[in-house]
Amino acid sequence: MKKEIIFIAGLCAVLMYRYTFSERSVAPGITLCATCPPGFELTDSNACKLRTIYQLYETGRSDEPGVGGLKSPLPALRDGFSPQQIDLGRYLFFDPVLSKDGTRSCSSCHQPDKGFADGLKTSIGENGTALKRAAPGLWNVGFSKKFFWDARATSLEQQMTGPLYSPAEMANTPENLLKTLNEIETYRQLFRQAFPDRHRNNIELQEVYQAIAAFESSLISLNSRYDQYAHGYHEALTIEEIEGLNIFRSFVARCAECHTPPLFTNQQVAVIGLAEPDNKPLDPGAQTTFNDSTLRGAFKVPSLRNIARTAPYSHAGRFGTLREMIEFYNLGRGHEVPKGERLHLHWHIWEPRLTSYEMDRLVDFLNTLTDESFKPQTPDLLPSGRSSETIKVTLNHNPPSL
Amino acid sequence: MKSVKNIAIGILVLAAGVYAGKLLFGRSTLIPAPVPAYFSESEVTGDSSAVAPGTVSGKTIDVKPGGSIQEAVGKANPGDLIRIYPGMYHETVYIDKDNISLQGVIENGEWPVLDGEKKLNDAILYSGNGILIENIKITNYKGNAIMGQAGNNYVIRNNWIVDTGVYGIFPQFGKNGIVERNVLTGIEDAAIYIGMCDNVDVRFNEVYGNVAGIEIENSRHALVEYNYAHDNTGGILAFLTPGLPIKTCFDVIIRNNFVYNNNTKNFGAVGSTVSHIPKGTGILIMAADDVTLENNIIMGNDNAGITITDYGYAGVDHASDPESEPNSDRITLLDNFMSGNGKNPIDEVKALMITKLSQTGPDIIAVGGGVGSCIVNPSRYTTFGVDKFASCQVSDTRAIKTYMLDKPVAPRVTSVSDKGKMTYYGVCSGCHSYNTRLIGPPVNVIQALYKNNPKGIADYIAKPIHKREDYPEMPPQNYLTAETRTAVAEYLLTITK
Repeated sequence: MKKEIIFIAGLCAVLMYRYTFSERSVAPGITLCATCPPGFELTDSNACKLRTIYQLYETGRSDEPGVGGLKSPLPALRDGFSPQQIDLGRYLFFDPVLSKDGTRSCSSCHQPDKGFADGLKTSIGENGTALKRAAPGLWNVGFSKKFFWDARATSLEQQMTGPLYSPAEMANTPENLLKTLNEIETYRQLFRQAFPDRHRNNIELQEVYQAIAAFESSLISLNSRYDQYAHGYHEALTIEEIEGLNIFRSFVARCAECHTPPLFTNQQVAVIGLAEPDNKPLDPGAQTTFNDSTLRGAFKVPSLRNIARTAPYSHAGRFGTLREMIEFYNLGRGHEVPKGERLHLHWHIWEPRLTSYEMDRLVDFLNTLTDESFKPQTPDLLPSGRSSETIKVTLNHNPPSL
Repeated sequence: MKSVKNIAIGILVLAAGVYAGKLLFGRSTLIPAPVPAYFSESEVTGDSSAVAPGTVSGKTIDVKPGGSIQEAVGKANPGDLIRIYPGMYHETVYIDKDNISLQGVIENGEWPVLDGEKKLNDAILYSGNGILIENIKITNYKGNAIMGQAGNNYVIRNNWIVDTGVYGIFPQFGKNGIVERNVLTGIEDAAIYIGMCDNVDVRFNEVYGNVAGIEIENSRHALVEYNYAHDNTGGILAFLTPGLPIKTCFDVIIRNNFVYNNNTKNFGAVGSTVSHIPKGTGILIMAADDVTLENNIIMGNDNAGITITDYGYAGVDHASDPESEPNSDRITLLDNFMSGNGKNPIDEVKALMITKLSQTGPDIIAVGGGVGSCIVNPSRYTTFGVDKFASCQVSDTRAIKTYMLDKPVAPRVTSVSDKGKMTYYGVCSGCHSYNTRLIGPPVNVIQALYKNNPKGIADYIAKPIHKREDYPEMPPQNYLTAETRTAVAEYLLTITK
């Protein structure tokens, strides 16, 4: 059986939107999904709560999430949103009407088929503006405590105001976003469905943010072959992949020290000493966020879930393949640190001297972290009447000044 | 000097009892082996075999030279004992199962030896609960001798570890464990490294010729006693390291240890935390809280006997972490025997000596921030920076016999009743919903077919056959255990929405 077949989830989308309507028309038949996305149980209070095998595990430390090891519990997920809010968030996520000129949606840079990244070295914003960093994948983002490469946001809601209102990205303003959505009758109806307890008709910004956060938090990937191994089915991985796992968690490669299972990130920032492409000046990263020079060049440790889908790698898209990314670590501590920079490199960055064979096995293992069985469906049609097709954009080498 | 050493050894023997005495006097070769004391099946009174891993309930699997330990682990079920006979073994052993015991068999002084030949990374990796590792000589690895990742209720004892790379014994993210009677040398970072653990006893070990002897890092409730830490760069360390997911290190008792002559040149890897430790460091407390030092014999450490500091010390240059509190707070210095420390301190300490018009270097030096610390009888020692320390209200730590738990940490899977539900939502819901077609048929259709027949479902999902032309074939769910398949089948039959 083709594996792709089981990747198509999201029944509501299939059932309810099989007709066309013209732009900005009223679409009286639209009803938001009343059941939870896969992986979530609908409670009696109409909330979707994550249910996963990892929740069967306990660390023995009641106050802390599991980090490391195989049968480790997860940190808390942002869950408990209603099915309607999650589904509304799905429409908003894919709708380019959220951008100023109506060409860029969240999904322009976070494409489901590319691990919710965009396959570019660094992303492209409004009018083809070249952005500074790569779009991170969004799988399991609802577990995150910090957002953006430089960890400058602490909630999904705060995070999304970045791209929404950045002149280089979606270039919208809060006022214009609200005005646009409130002018679309279908959205007004859908927001009423998603937020039934309110006593007003107008859409509010917090509702927009909450719905998108609800959708993003529903992107769960915890059913990879690695997970089968972790749960006890050791035949799920080949001998080569297990070799890779053992290198991954060894104290020579030290991958698992920062890319800590089960989420394959320890949610910290770290300085790995990566140079920028094309001799660009060093990206200060979290130094700016925390106003702390010891964090110069520090970036959030990304999760490796579905990492095979999100090439190219690193905050600047430096490496086209996992093998090249691994090679960077293997070339030794600080080998790319630009002259004149004194970076506080993470102590796990050292001289692992992995063999070529070992690096190949690491790639084998990383490929076992792929699971898109809960991939949501892209809406065929959007409440705005616009297309959810990702508009192909090209880099504008002379973008308008910001 | 020699007579002082002998006096000190005498005191330690009195304090530590027979086991430590054997460690100190029982050497016959250049690299002394631990003294085989007992095996996990012997129920000696007061023996640590009372903890979970010692309870070998299953079969015994023998591994002899030419055989593979990993193969035995593959065959082993929880409760089994793997006995490794004397001889050479060149492999990386990984244990992703619970309650497995690896026990070396020592015959006529001949040990089973895991030798990585400087080609292999780690000797033993484990993630299961209730792992016991004892009586094994481990040498020539590049990473660790023994590394645990989130395994609770561990027992690591009587191993003989010589040059295994970065760390010797490194339980990480484990709760409730014991590391005792091991001998470790030639490690370029910490020989015994308790990282991000809770409730651990580290006892009766000998660590020498390492950069760091024993390191308690970002761990809570650690008892370090009756160890012999000598000829390392630093003897015993308690650290809170920034940038790790566990943000505290507290409730550490370091008592009855012999911390002697830790003047070995630092050979730590560039960039590692311990590479910044000055040689001649006896005990070092950095940013850890609620640490108690009692009745240690701390002698002949050329920089300082006890150093208490914040992150600023000696050029440790980690990126800062707003969530990690950088000071050593509430350090309790009870009576310790200190002599001959600080004879050749680093320049920063020498500078401090000049400001204090002191001819001798410190037994105890406290630098940087920190509150709530205290000391008993400070006039016994040469001290710097403890003037602000209060007089201690407590006199001893004897109420604490162990930091291990009364009962082992419960097995990981504690809510068996939810297994069906978690598996249904965690796995099945990707293709099945209650009353709507997704990839596979709706649950209510399945319920109608398999009414009162969960076994039918459990059997089918292990090895599905293509039944419906209009649906894709179901992939086998044989990676779920039979028990889990039954649980999920039973749950599936109860779903109403």
